[in-house]
Amino acid sequence: MVVSLFRQRVTLVWLGLVCVTGVSWWLGTDHSAAHKLATIVVLGVAFTKVRFVGMYFMELRGAPLPLKLIFQGWCVVVCTTLLIMYLVGG
Amino acid sequence: MSSGEFTAPAGIDGAASDAAPTPRQGRTFAGHVPGEVGVWVLILGDMTVFALFFGVFMHYRDHAPALFRHSQATLNQTFGAVNTLLLLTSSLFVVLGVSAVRKRMRTVAPKLFLLALCCGLAFSVIKVLEYSAKARHGIGLNTNDFYMYYFILTGIHFFHLIIGMGVLVFLWRLSLKPDVGTKQIQYLEAGASYWHMVDLLWIVLFPLIYLVK
Repeated sequence: MVVSLFRQRVTLVWLGLVCVTGVSWWLGTDHSAAHKLATIVVLGVAFTKVRFVGMYFMELRGAPLPLKLIFQGWCVVVCTTLLIMYLVGG
Repeated sequence: MSSGEFTAPAGIDGAASDAAPTPRQGRTFAGHVPGEVGVWVLILGDMTVFALFFGVFMHYRDHAPALFRHSQATLNQTFGAVNTLLLLTSSLFVVLGVSAVRKRMRTVAPKLFLLALCCGLAFSVIKVLEYSAKARHGIGLNTNDFYMYYFILTGIHFFHLIIGMGVLVFLWRLSLKPDVGTKQIQYLEAGASYWHMVDLLWIVLFPLIYLVK
């Protein structure tokens, strides 16, 4: 019975988020010269993770369209703005 | 209410406002709002405020990139990453806890909420260790711009986390009740959504403060 509780797509999503966190951690602490590219990837990955938290953990997949659009719009707008600020500011 | 409809106000899509009134003036959107609309106003409002904080941090980082990079190097990235994993795991426990309540698994659900609470407590212990290590080295809010934003942003998030732990206690008590109705499920969903917001804000704060180079 308890095992069946864990046998949900959300557990796979959690596993994916944990793995991706490990990759971001490695990229962010890597001291190679390509830190600019690493930062772009790390920020992009972070907002993708936020989207997954919203859709699967917060159950927004089954929410009315306006709520889904506002949430995903937040992810796109904030991520894009931060990346532009980072790239323009150097 | 396990499913429902969200009604947009009439004229939101630019329809002529001087048209003759009709019995059905709004457009309905199918779907279920987790919890209730009010809690989403709070969540989206909080997310907007944090989005401004992220922008302010990035703006001041652009003014002194070397100072920010040098100060960032003194942070413990391992603590930040472990805290991310703790909040992700706590979120999973909360999702499964809500699912267990819906499935009437009365003995499992409270344990899952307690496990989520334990993750929140572990996050708090790590945060206190982190702050005290900085204090021991004489680093505080006034040391420089980076540390000021580090303490303010992580501090405001920590405040949200403490409120969230109170919410988790409420969810745990709710899951102990022998008979959980639709109203209680709505409370569970609202509380769970708040906790997930605490998680997602940290998901952005961690790379922004600890990893962006």
